Amino acid sequence: MSYYEEDDLSRFTDMGQHRPDLFEKFMAWYQACQEDGALSRREKALIGLAVAHALQCPYCIDAYAQSCLESGSNMEQMTEAIHMASALRGGAALIHGLQAHNSANKVSM
Amino acid sequence: MKRSKVLPVVNAETSAARAPADFDERVAAAGLTLRAGVVETLQVNVGKLCNQACKHCHVDASPKRTEIMSEETAGQIIEAVRRHGFKTVDITGGAPELNPSFRRLVAESRAAGAHVIVRHNLTVMFEPGQEDLPEFFGAHGVEVVSSLPYFLEQQTDAQRGQGVFAKSLEALRRLNEAGYGIEGRGLTLNLVYNPVGAFLPPAQGAIESDFKRELRARYGVSFNSLYTITNMPIKRFLDYLRRTGNEERYMRKLVESFNPQAVAGLMCRTLVSVDWTGRLYDCDFNQMLDLGVAAPLPQTIAQFDPREFAGREIVTAAHCFGCTAGAGSSCGGSVVAS
Repeated sequence: MSYYEEDDLSRFTDMGQHRPDLFEKFMAWYQACQEDGALSRREKALIGLAVAHALQCPYCIDAYAQSCLESGSNMEQMTEAIHMASALRGGAALIHGLQAHNSANKVSM
Repeated sequence: MKRSKVLPVVNAETSAARAPADFDERVAAAGLTLRAGVVETLQVNVGKLCNQACKHCHVDASPKRTEIMSEETAGQIIEAVRRHGFKTVDITGGAPELNPSFRRLVAESRAAGAHVIVRHNLTVMFEPGQEDLPEFFGAHGVEVVSSLPYFLEQQTDAQRGQGVFAKSLEALRRLNEAGYGIEGRGLTLNLVYNPVGAFLPPAQGAIESDFKRELRARYGVSFNSLYTITNMPIKRFLDYLRRTGNEERYMRKLVESFNPQAVAGLMCRTLVSVDWTGRLYDCDFNQMLDLGVAAPLPQTIAQFDPREFAGREIVTAAHCFGCTAGAGSSCGGSVVAS
């Protein structure tokens, strides 16, 4: 048995068993974010997929891979989105190297 | 709580309060009834012989099938079309063009004043004797409806067979040359998107825009409208679901995505389906599940009576959730406007 069970994704709403008022507020906002707006539903699904990888949330990765396909996207688009998330994670680490430079330079001759 | 539309596997109701998984109960729970209206369309399945064996096929059609409508049964169909004045005759299969009576069915249905739709798989026009299909269709003003599951090769070939995408493009070019799918020429070419796998189709308008843009930019071909059709858990597609461990997940998705707004536009309300032997069904899916029209209605086309069939009770089962999921699905695409 693993900490993650595939069927748990479909039980997300069980989180509303306690303090349903808070869960309802979350769901209303969550669903509203994803509707067609200035960005299309598909663009938002791809953003969701990218963020899911940045967060490494297996529930989100599963749900948003499905949502991307169900909004007419394909693995090529999805892979570019995943690379964006990865590149930003990499870049965020790399740019902090400037702080290492600053720190080392301060005490070095 | 509003039903989740964007996380299809998440239901806004709690697990403890799951909606009924029986189709009739689900329709009733939404305060609706499903009964036929007036029969406008006769959908004719001329048999299961096809030059392809697509992975999602609910007919289980292939080059090996021997169920082929006889000339005599085709004659009964033509007689019924003449007698009852169907608005539309929708000819399908298998690959309907491979049936020896196909061209007669088209010509006689048109002569009787019916609008004719042919479910044309694009690659069959490269079979011996079929090269003039675009001209034949054009001469009879046939509405051509063809499947193209995606505008890229990998997805299309994965579902329909190696090399099908390239052939499909060539077929589309030939249809365009014959005047199909060209603005102002009056010859309608509609494409069908169906998911290459165990997921629901996207919003029809959005994917239609993609197809128009990509097919024109990448390949220089055009078409009129795109229909999205949901894959039905029947025959070869059901085998796929079972083989890949997707059956339970997919069925649950269909049930959880039940959209009461789709019930009013279901195609069984205005269509009756006839098989290669002349037997009658409420739709092609019921046909493949061997679910004939409800007794005591006449079971064969020779005995069809539009007055008895109008307002009839529709025979339903779990697969009906496929037509009511999300934006709904029918032979004419999504049922609920997005």
